[in-house]
Amino acid sequence: MKIDVNTLKKIAHLARLEFDEAGAEKMTQDMSQILDWVEQLNEVDTQGVEPITTMSSEVNVLREDAVANHLTHEQGLKNAPQRDSDYFRVPKVME
Amino acid sequence: MEKFISFDEIKKSLENRETDCSAIVKYYLQNIQTKAHLNAFVEVYEQSALAQAELINEKIASGKAGRLAGMVIGIKDVLCYDAHEANASSKILQGFESQFTGTAVQRLIDEDAIVIGRLNCDEFGMGSSNENSVHGRVLNAADETRVPGGSSGGSAVAVQANLCTVSLGTDTGGSVRQPAAFTGIVGIKPTYSRVSRWGLIAYASSFDTIGVFSKTVKDNALVMEIMAGHDNFDSTASRKPVPKYSELLHFDKRVKIAYIKETIESPALQPEIKANTLAVLEKLKNEGHQVEEVDFPLLKYTLPTYYILTTAEASSNLSRFDGVKYGYRTPNAHNLESMYKLTRSEGFGEEVKRRIMLGTFVLSASYYDAYFTKAQKVRRMIKESTEDLLNKFDYIIMPTTPSTAFKFGEHSNDPVAMYLEDLFTVQASVSGVPALSIPNGKDKLGLPIGLQIITNSFKEAELYAFANYLSAFNSN
Repeated sequence: MKIDVNTLKKIAHLARLEFDEAGAEKMTQDMSQILDWVEQLNEVDTQGVEPITTMSSEVNVLREDAVANHLTHEQGLKNAPQRDSDYFRVPKVME
Repeated sequence: MEKFISFDEIKKSLENRETDCSAIVKYYLQNIQTKAHLNAFVEVYEQSALAQAELINEKIASGKAGRLAGMVIGIKDVLCYDAHEANASSKILQGFESQFTGTAVQRLIDEDAIVIGRLNCDEFGMGSSNENSVHGRVLNAADETRVPGGSSGGSAVAVQANLCTVSLGTDTGGSVRQPAAFTGIVGIKPTYSRVSRWGLIAYASSFDTIGVFSKTVKDNALVMEIMAGHDNFDSTASRKPVPKYSELLHFDKRVKIAYIKETIESPALQPEIKANTLAVLEKLKNEGHQVEEVDFPLLKYTLPTYYILTTAEASSNLSRFDGVKYGYRTPNAHNLESMYKLTRSEGFGEEVKRRIMLGTFVLSASYYDAYFTKAQKVRRMIKESTEDLLNKFDYIIMPTTPSTAFKFGEHSNDPVAMYLEDLFTVQASVSGVPALSIPNGKDKLGLPIGLQIITNSFKEAELYAFANYLSAFNSN
């Protein structure tokens, strides 16, 4: 499958990534090459096979709903690039 | 001080009072300093390791020491350790300090293992050469012009070069077994869900496992039996009881072994690796084991299946790195959306971006069924065929890697060529079964060769016992 620049831009937006012109060109080539390679899977007859959605054999693992010590407020904010005393700070959401 | 190779030797020295934990830590600190150019360690916890050693000396004196007293471990830079930094070798996590300790690491500390530092790796575990790291590349101590393998390259070299007794790595598609093979040591990927993933920075959650690097099978088994088992913080972690692997190493039965034709006849396989693998199979036959060649036509589809599913899971897991809660944030943003985009574009490396893009693509509405669902179906087929094979045979044996350690930059411009490095390791990852790599001689340049042993889910005890048996007759 050949990825064109428009598709690349759409996917990049979904992934919240940006590429300059040279980067976009390289990424379309790499992605096209990798997709061509993974398309080998079309050779496999998967008629009637259920897709596998979990690898663990544990089912409905539940535990008591008990109050316990998790991160303190201060610990939660400790690694924030920008914060005030109570909240994470981000740039303006609305112009 | 003499060279410590195994934990047994350390324990004996401790019992004979020839050494104490402080001296052991200093021995490794000295080695780390001498071998600093290998770039295995990202950060060395000199003060806390020495302080911990003093405490454990006291515990030993009062007879209260844990089972790992005297063991010094290094942990891959994707494992959380309270009040210590973890970066996943990524700029996007620069400055991030863990606020808790992951279950696997905590269980080792509870048995008095000493954590001496964190170890270099490929960014978020994505890579097969440890060349994708914000901390720089790691050198293979067997030949410093060559890669150590990846993604747990630092963890492998730390054990290879005697910088710690045992190290932890993570294995999503071969990231413990391939570097173990490239550095001539023992490395295990346990059954999926055998070890809790709590405190492991996720790459692909239905594949990720925490594995162990060691010089000996016994040390590896001991560490695994302590780490493994149910955990309230990971609902996928298995509740099956954990046998004492290190006490079940005795092996004297005759077993059925399969080798897959498509691996041994792969055109990518280096001749010396083929010869050494066949030599082991021949020896096993001579010892009275049943050895049979089998076909596994799905083998060529394991890598494409792996890349579709892991990139999809990665694109989802790595969406949490947005510059809001921790790590790097761009100084160049003018609004929230540009903050997200610039933070992620500046913070992630090339390979990580490539995988996020691919994963986003295969999960996008128009392509979901054609790629993602298709790969989930093929994964079921590969898993079931592998399990069927392992119901007929006790073990599958194959080379761990198609080649020995390659030169830096050799595969850097071709992502698919790099992906093919994992040709033999992904089958166990796609199937969720345990697999282990042990040394199997050297090639004509003197580079280590790895032999991979695969068995059915939750049969780690059988895997370790057989690996121990093979290691013994391999060295004869």
